[in-house]
Amino acid sequence: MDQVEKIFETRELNVNMGPQHPATHGVLRLVLDLDGETVVNVTPYVGYLHRGIEKLGESLSYFQALPLTDRMDYVSAMSNNIGYVVAVEKLFGIEAPERAKFIRTMVGEMSRISNHLLWLATHALDIGAMTVFLYCFREREWILELFEKICGARLTVTYPRIGGVRNDITQEFLESLWKFTEEFPSRILEYETLIDQNRMWLKRTIGIGVISAEEAVNWGLTGPTLRGSGVPYDVRKFTPYDAYDRVEFDVPVGTEGDTYDRYRCRMIEMRQSNNIVRQCIEKLPPGPIMADAPKFTLHPKDAMFPITHPTKEHAFYIDEKVCKGCGMCLRACPVKAITGEKKKPHKIDQAICLQCANCLAVCKFKALKIVPGGKGLSEDKLKELAQAPLPEEITKAKEHLVEHFTFIKRGPRAPEGDLYVATEVPKGELGFYFVSDGSGKPYRMRVRAPSFIHAGVLPRLCVGHLVADVIANIGTIDIVLGECDR
Amino acid sequence: MTPDTFIKFGIDVLIIVIKIAVVLVIGLLHVAYATYFERKVIGHMQVRLGPMRVGPHGLLQPFADGIKLFFKEDLIPEKADKVVFYLAPVIFMASAMVNLAFIPFSHNFIIADINIGLLFIFAIAGIGVYGIFISGWASNSKYAFIGGLRSSAQVISYEIAMGFSLVGVMIMAGSLNLTEIVRAQENSIFGMYAIPQIVGFVIFVIAAVAETNRTPFDLPEAESELVAGYFVEYTGFRFALFFLGEYIAMFIMASLCTVCFLGGWTLPWYVLKVLPFLQHVPGIVWFLIKVYAFIFFYYWIRATVPRYRYDQLMSIGWKILIPVALANILVTGLVKILL
Repeated sequence: MDQVEKIFETRELNVNMGPQHPATHGVLRLVLDLDGETVVNVTPYVGYLHRGIEKLGESLSYFQALPLTDRMDYVSAMSNNIGYVVAVEKLFGIEAPERAKFIRTMVGEMSRISNHLLWLATHALDIGAMTVFLYCFREREWILELFEKICGARLTVTYPRIGGVRNDITQEFLESLWKFTEEFPSRILEYETLIDQNRMWLKRTIGIGVISAEEAVNWGLTGPTLRGSGVPYDVRKFTPYDAYDRVEFDVPVGTEGDTYDRYRCRMIEMRQSNNIVRQCIEKLPPGPIMADAPKFTLHPKDAMFPITHPTKEHAFYIDEKVCKGCGMCLRACPVKAITGEKKKPHKIDQAICLQCANCLAVCKFKALKIVPGGKGLSEDKLKELAQAPLPEEITKAKEHLVEHFTFIKRGPRAPEGDLYVATEVPKGELGFYFVSDGSGKPYRMRVRAPSFIHAGVLPRLCVGHLVADVIANIGTIDIVLGECDR
Repeated sequence: MTPDTFIKFGIDVLIIVIKIAVVLVIGLLHVAYATYFERKVIGHMQVRLGPMRVGPHGLLQPFADGIKLFFKEDLIPEKADKVVFYLAPVIFMASAMVNLAFIPFSHNFIIADINIGLLFIFAIAGIGVYGIFISGWASNSKYAFIGGLRSSAQVISYEIAMGFSLVGVMIMAGSLNLTEIVRAQENSIFGMYAIPQIVGFVIFVIAAVAETNRTPFDLPEAESELVAGYFVEYTGFRFALFFLGEYIAMFIMASLCTVCFLGGWTLPWYVLKVLPFLQHVPGIVWFLIKVYAFIFFYYWIRATVPRYRYDQLMSIGWKILIPVALANILVTGLVKILL
């Protein structure tokens, strides 16, 4: 026997799981050392989806950085948006009106439901239960359709705004949401029928990835991943934001801290979220949806309608005498309708022009003229009409447009200082840390992404288990690599 | 040799060739439509429609799939063991196809009516494992390797449980010839062995699922952890051969179950007594109904349950199925002696 051992050296099988792998929830890469089927060592590698969102945030104004947060946790974009706007509102020292707060709580919880549905779907699929996956997607689709009804987008919504929400919700939407909340608990029962008491499901989840309460806190886990270990920490309860202090809900906790407990936590959380949505619908107060703080919030767009509304058939014309050929409008044009060399007067191709007024906003020399009702007229005619004085309505709108443009570009002047604000997204505690130097852009934007911290705990959960449990563990900590890598 | 015997011999050969052709064509067509059947069944279980685009209700989907697989690029990993890599799917497919010869589809409709039919099917099915194992080895990929190892361990252990579960049937029928097993069932009190051999039947069904690598025992090809398991490096038609082999193996297992436990092409006598007109229906119809019911059961399981873990699967096989199967043999034997 000794001789055999001398001849054959045994070592662990080194397997590269990811970044292209069906069960690593995106582009997570795990390097596994396997002794047979047992995992000896796990090293997670992140960063394959790094897009520099934190750095981008430094070069964009507070308004412009909002759509970036959609792209972090794209599974629950709404929650991320809310996390961002809540943080920025605190920084500005403004408060959203009641109605907006309730709406945000409502859509935030819808987002939590949709996130947990996707989590359950993929977690069950990883463990092999295929039907749960499709059942969950059926309801997730329903929620996404409701999102579409609110704001026109399904996934990357960008619906909340600094100081409120983008647009008010309709009675029709509330009714269809109410219908969803009535139906949804029975759908949760449907999923539970399939897996909750299923022996195979229990065997695959109970006692897998056990982490004690103390250790979980030390690892920095948050959200359901932490609550599964029995720590009732929930940002919504401890530092309530939006309308969470006016709705009633329980924070479910587990006892063992294993995969099954975390699964139970999320299932109960879905029911709680459903309740919160119902309470929000019932308590939704009337009133404005944007805070009255013109220095910090976006201005209403109605005042620009005389120019930008599509039914107004204006034409835009560049006054050759005034134009210095700086090229600003050329770059601002989304359809490349403006042509011309540098330092020579530019020209607008009326056939391509969309009348978006972007060029009007950027022109520093007031060379761009609006010709009311001038769409489809010839060049000479436009030149003639461009000299005529404009109606007062349009002049006002023009001023407003230019002002709006610079406001967005420059950003609202935030008070100096730094602050950290956390919100409870479905995955855990999402924190935004801003350092403000008093300009319209943050000096530093740092995101505390729960997925990133949860990915770090994977080796702790997986070592000693089997390969199949690695997959179960990736599922149970509920990570999205968009948020993890940022 | 007189011309008479020569002609007789020629006719016999011709009949066998025709039978082989029929079984082969039907077998392959069956595979094509078994995939369609599976996708439709699972689709409807999962509140969706399944294939709908190619042909009415997606009926031509299997052909579209076949054509697609046929024209796919045939990729071979650079460091693969080429000869073995080529050989593996052929072994897998051939071992599954050979078994079609021993299945009695109906009264007198069997290609090779041999006395050790049951044993032979096991022997040939055992060769199929080599196809899986060497494909995992030859691919020179770690995922395929783990898949191959898992598969061979799984198939070998479940083959034991499966073999034991059928010993009860052998004792009751007193034969290994599949046709005679069916005839013995026809004349028994219950009309099918599934009732007196209920323990063996349940073990067989479980082991058959494991033997064909289906959910919840589809660990060799567990798509969530091993991506596709042993055939992860196979493309195009080589992949299709594995696919075909798997579905034919499913068909074999379903047929074996039908023959050994559900009375093959016959109906229990008590059913015929109540509904005498049923005896005019050809036996192959009953055979196929039973087989497809069993295959439907496969699909049903797949749509319902999660996957077992590797160690759990082994412990079920060795700690539960094999001891229970052994006890079943003992009880069956005792009853046989005492009666």
